[in-house]
Amino acid sequence: MSSKEIAVSIRDVSKCYTITHNQVKHSTFAEAVLHRLRHPLERSEKETFWALKGVTADIEVGEVVGVIGRNGAGKSTLLKILSRITEPTAGSIELYGRVGSLLEVGTGFHPELTGRENIFLNGHILGMNKREIQRQFDAIVDFAGVEQFLDTPVKRYSSGMYVRLAFAVAAHLNPEILVVDEVLAVGDASFQKKCLGKMQDVARSGRTVLFVSHNMQSISLLCTKGLLLRDGAVEYMGQTQHAINEYLRTYALESRSDSLPDRRPGTGEYRFLDVRASKEMYEGAEEKEIQFRIERRQSNMGKMYLSAHVVDWQGVTQAQCDARLLGLWLADAEAYEGSFRIKTPWLKPGSYRIDLFLCVAGMGFVDKYEGACSINVSPVLPYPYSISEEGTAYGQVFADYSWEAVPTTLARRNRPTPSLSGV
Amino acid sequence: MSENLLSHRRLHLVIRPSSGWAALKIRELWQFRDLLLSLAGRDLKVRYKQTALGVVWVVLQPLLQAGIFSIVFGKVAGMDKGNLPYPYFLLTFCGQLAWNMFGWTVLKSSECLLNNSQLVSKVFFPRLVLPLATAFSTIVDVLVCMVVLGVLLACFRLTPGVQVLLFPLWSVLLLLLGLGMGLIASALMVTYRDVKYVLPVAVQTLMFACPVMYPAAKAPAEWRWFFDINPLTPLIEGFRYSLLAGAPAPNWTLAGISAVATLAVFVFGLFSFKRMERRFADVI
Repeated sequence: MSSKEIAVSIRDVSKCYTITHNQVKHSTFAEAVLHRLRHPLERSEKETFWALKGVTADIEVGEVVGVIGRNGAGKSTLLKILSRITEPTAGSIELYGRVGSLLEVGTGFHPELTGRENIFLNGHILGMNKREIQRQFDAIVDFAGVEQFLDTPVKRYSSGMYVRLAFAVAAHLNPEILVVDEVLAVGDASFQKKCLGKMQDVARSGRTVLFVSHNMQSISLLCTKGLLLRDGAVEYMGQTQHAINEYLRTYALESRSDSLPDRRPGTGEYRFLDVRASKEMYEGAEEKEIQFRIERRQSNMGKMYLSAHVVDWQGVTQAQCDARLLGLWLADAEAYEGSFRIKTPWLKPGSYRIDLFLCVAGMGFVDKYEGACSINVSPVLPYPYSISEEGTAYGQVFADYSWEAVPTTLARRNRPTPSLSGV
Repeated sequence: MSENLLSHRRLHLVIRPSSGWAALKIRELWQFRDLLLSLAGRDLKVRYKQTALGVVWVVLQPLLQAGIFSIVFGKVAGMDKGNLPYPYFLLTFCGQLAWNMFGWTVLKSSECLLNNSQLVSKVFFPRLVLPLATAFSTIVDVLVCMVVLGVLLACFRLTPGVQVLLFPLWSVLLLLLGLGMGLIASALMVTYRDVKYVLPVAVQTLMFACPVMYPAAKAPAEWRWFFDINPLTPLIEGFRYSLLAGAPAPNWTLAGISAVATLAVFVFGLFSFKRMERRFADVI
């Protein structure tokens, strides 16, 4: 295969949406009606929003490209344009091959129809013709494991069966270019594994895949290239691992700069400010410290408490650190200055996101600051020796452990233990 | 990177923004014919699953309605006087079937985009497939009713004349007119949900203004002009004329004009649907 054979050529693609919104937000319908009656002539404001701004990229045949970026970075919009659901506002895309897209599992499934009927309907919806579906029918049924229920309406299926059948149909779509949105996050763990395996098969068969996911693990497992989008533009395209690292870095940076306190979730009587890690880089076993300030916006709350989550690059929370467990409560005050320190578990090398929460007992969030800051853990292992990778590959964190083994003789073991025989 | 360094495979498709009136892309539509048929099949299957009488409802609905109308218009309003060579009920039933061909198509095709909004926003296919599929299921419904009509005609020993050959023509014209209006309505409904509430009332009102439950000849003289400009009048009259022996022939000049108008509405519907189509996924 020539290394320069292009499958998808994206040239300067932009997409603009028009958002209509009123200046005043109403929480109830009655309020909205009342407002309309009082101000009958008020026009709703229109705002244009560029979901994509001049995206250019070439994707070669046989590549599996992981598209990553924060929510609203334009990933889904790009996929929608590639699969022709919506048109770009400007720019063009050349496609060298049939495109099959899977933006949602089970689109068009009808609860009243049987499994068999839905396989055909869904297959047609995804762009397969009758003959293709007939050829793949047994494989689809087999993959989903629903033989006995083929003639049962899918509304009687368990949710697991439903999802399995839906994914099975989609998995047997055989286009030259496959566009997949975050669809692997369905089903139980074993089925997810099966899906991931199927995706790997697709990738290995030399087809071109564009794959959106928030799960960095599946991205790094499946993809040969990473495409990082940020605010609708290409930030980086190339090595998967580099794209992931870049994503994690910018994610942390952005959340620091763009999280205007007043737009964060929470009731907002108090807000976190100036959250930062005490160091650029920590050793694995070192104590990590996050400093912060809290400022009062509105007075008088009940007793408040703090909590922090340490979240890894896959989005898995490695530790939940609730101040209530230590007996720390905050009373009403003008401002607070504080720090969050964590020593164990020893974190594995990489970037971690710290989420900070300020809550009122029984009332929910006052400030929910996800991605308040990030900490980097150095690749230097917190152990006295260094070994090959398989020695540290398993487990989510490093443990502070010790081993002991003393030479001994076999004779001692064979002697009956008095305490056992004595009872 | 210079373009000529790249060895390109066969260019399959270029995606770029479009504007204004666009081509219908009939070939693409043809590629999705399986989808069209299975969507139509879905509509039919789903409609009558879990109903005790099943398909019987397709027949029962127009029968009951025609029965009620023949009592109201025939007996109460006294239209049933001119020594008709057929029962008044058959007049209303034929009228009802002709009307259904048009009215069901308008109503069902107008809602097809909203009812399938999930498909529209998540999958690509020529959007025209959706309204066309609803038209398909309407055809099947009406054909089932035609069987009942056939039985009724046999019972009353009313053998249609050679004009029965024109029956497909009237049916197709009624269908196309309905589809043309449905296409426009469905596209508008994506942005303006108001259409959803206005349309059923409008269609219902229109039915009373058409010679469905009474012959056009009974229309009051001062309203004659309305019946003449209404393209549905000759189509419904023609439909009845071709099936019911002894029913009066439509005014052929008006029928010709109506056929042209129908085609114009249909083509306009197709193209304006295609024109509005590109915004569906963004707005729905």
